[in-house]
Amino acid sequence: MTDALLSVRNLRVEFPTRRGILTAIDDVSFDIMPGEVLGVVGESGAGKSLTGAAIIGLLEPPGRIAGGEILLKGQRIDNLDPEAMRKIRGKRIGMVFQDPLTSLNPLYTVAQQLTETIRTHMDVTEAEARQRAIALLDRVGIPAAARRIDDYPHHFSGGMRQRVVIALALCAEPELVIADEPTTALDVSVQSQIIDLIKEICAERGAAVMLITHDMGVIAETADRVAVLYAGRLAEIGPVREVITAAEHPYTAGLMGSIPTLTQDNARLVQIPGAMPRLNAIPQGCAFNPRCERAFERCFKDRPDPLDRGGGRKVACWLYDAVNAGTKETADV
Amino acid sequence: MSDALLKVEHLTRYFDVSKPWLNRVLEREEKQFLTAVADVSFEIKRGETFALVGESGSGKSTIAKMVVGLLGASEGVIDFDGHRMTGTAGAEMRALRRRFQMIFQDPFASLNPRWRVGDIIAEPIHTFGLMKGAEVSNRVGELLDTVGLSAKDAEKFPHEFSGGQRQRIAIARALSSKPEFIVCDEPTSALDVSVQAQILNLMKDLQDEMGLTYLFISHDLSVVRHMANRIGVLYLGRLVEVADGKRLFTEPQHPYTRMLLDAVPDLALSGRRRKPVEGEIPNPINPPSGCAFHPRCPLAMPRCKAEAPHRVDTATGYAACFALETQPA
Ligand SMILES: Nc1ncnc2c1ncn2[C@@H]1O[C@H](COP(=O)(O)OP(=O)(O)OP(=O)(O)O)[C@@H](O)[C@H]1O
Ligand SMILES: Nc1ncnc2c1ncn2[C@@H]1O[C@H](COP(=O)(O)OP(=O)(O)OP(=O)(O)O)[C@@H](O)[C@H]1O
Ligand code: SF4
Ligand code: SF4
Ligand SMILES: [Mg+2]
Ligand SMILES: [Mg+2]
Repeated sequence: MTDALLSVRNLRVEFPTRRGILTAIDDVSFDIMPGEVLGVVGESGAGKSLTGAAIIGLLEPPGRIAGGEILLKGQRIDNLDPEAMRKIRGKRIGMVFQDPLTSLNPLYTVAQQLTETIRTHMDVTEAEARQRAIALLDRVGIPAAARRIDDYPHHFSGGMRQRVVIALALCAEPELVIADEPTTALDVSVQSQIIDLIKEICAERGAAVMLITHDMGVIAETADRVAVLYAGRLAEIGPVREVITAAEHPYTAGLMGSIPTLTQDNARLVQIPGAMPRLNAIPQGCAFNPRCERAFERCFKDRPDPLDRGGGRKVACWLYDAVNAGTKETADV
Repeated sequence: MSDALLKVEHLTRYFDVSKPWLNRVLEREEKQFLTAVADVSFEIKRGETFALVGESGSGKSTIAKMVVGLLGASEGVIDFDGHRMTGTAGAEMRALRRRFQMIFQDPFASLNPRWRVGDIIAEPIHTFGLMKGAEVSNRVGELLDTVGLSAKDAEKFPHEFSGGQRQRIAIARALSSKPEFIVCDEPTSALDVSVQAQILNLMKDLQDEMGLTYLFISHDLSVVRHMANRIGVLYLGRLVEVADGKRLFTEPQHPYTRMLLDAVPDLALSGRRRKPVEGEIPNPINPPSGCAFHPRCPLAMPRCKAEAPHRVDTATGYAACFALETQPA
């Protein structure tokens, strides 16, 4: 099982500040297999975007990778020089962000931006690049692509712009696409179009997707596996159905119960007391301990590492540790 | 007399979105108007939660602001407990004003950062001259307790609280004048889901205890389903359908409601096959003729382009759609 496309090992991201070092990502590990959709979820500030930014080498200083490694097909990419990293970005890893305007240059036409990216990464003529770009715009659902390609980004609606960004992310046929809240800025009725498009088109081209979002509904309908982050740490990771319907980590379980659905009736929502701690106030031991109903002594002393639960699942919680065999029955709720 | 606490009829609001006068003259352009809310009518019964749901720009906040009097109506009337509010001013309006309050989306922007929490909560009490002196601070303490904070928090400033706690403060302020009716405009949209659950539970508990009536506004269909007794669906400022809460989801009537339900991803993993959604929301300055939904509607017929549909009764409420008129009632 070493054929992961992307391997994130013990990633640690820090921000040095005047009052000391803030650890925003703390010892996070996960793999993405070729062609799979990995959802990354968590509440605001959990570290989702930073994880994505660390992988593509776009952490904004003073933020820095302070530990661990990131491997793309077995090759380390976290210690590359900026030029080598730039080649990987765009060519081997494509990106889609929340606001399409951050990925598009307002001063250039869509044609200029697409053909330039294609020609930077592929050995084709200008005319061939343009042909490719038109075919791609057509594929992402831009009507009259051959004509619209010479328009500027501001001539497109929000949903259409995000389609252009997807075309841009895919134009050099990357192996991995990192999408950070790709639909959060869009209308609900357009969101589903964009999510379906990302999923379909990546499947068609065999690209894996790391889909970052706070919307569990999107994850439920899109991802193969899901990683749940809490306070910069991995709480739980596993196949999407299992994590949603039978969460093992108390935080994940609470989170799922706190979200109203379109079909189930609950008079009251599950309530997790309090809120996620700030980076400068993460408690000792398990970061979730102040909010956890099931916390016990050990949770306040030692930090739990993700434990293998079989079936591709890992859970970072002492309830599942063999040392607690005596209290094990409490774990099987 | 009906038991409607709030009654809105033919409510309409235009905004002048013309370029400055000189540009208009030079570029030979007409004045331009945007219709944010068009001919909206609904009733809210005492003690119920009526929700308005719609995508961004559908007119939800504009309706909320007109209902609480922050924005005038271009046309139409609003009646609160039998009193006409549109056009009312002075002492009569003040007496009515005490009876309803509003909670906004952004708990960061809606609280004055330089005031202590206690003064923020007491503001409506002073505005309406309801109490004096020690009585006020007792009441503030009680209110903080009611929303799950502590009386000691009255001394602190808003920045010392998290987003969820600030929304609790906003709720305490809204409750301080003992209103019967609260307009909530996206009260949890800025919050994380685990904190959203706390606030939604609190709002339901307060409603049970105090018999409050809510106009609850959100773009999130699952939140609306959880909270509301009845739901109105807005599209481009038009109320396309009103239905009993849960039945909107099992028996959607209007083609737009159906499309919206198909579009929303759901946590319940129901495995339903989604129909692809067509097109995007048109520009509200030049909305499509006739039924504003016709360019995206799978059931559109020639008539839909020419005329605007009127409200017809449905099994679950009412809706505005020609396709529903032709069906037997
Ligand atoms: N430049 C910075 N300096 C200090 N802290 C930072 C900086 N950038 C991010 N952080 C902190 O790192 C943590 C993780 O941020 P990140 O943007 O990854 O969160 P997120 O999970 O993407 O949240 P959201 O859902 O709000 O986008 C947050 O606590 C944030 O405050
Ligand atoms: N003061 C204003 N001047 C001009 N146009 C306005 C004004 N206020 C609102 N609008 C327009 O009216 C329409 C309805 O806006 P409104 O804020 O009511 O929508 P909403 O449903 O609350 O949307 P959101 O979900 O984004 O909050 C939009 O097209 C908006 O751009
Ligand atoms: S380790 Fe302890 S505090 Fe953390 S989630 Fe598990 S039981 Fe709760
Ligand atoms: S009136 Fe016509 S266009 Fe409008 S929703 Fe009904 S069928 Fe569709
Ligand atoms: Mg983010
Ligand atoms: Mg609004």
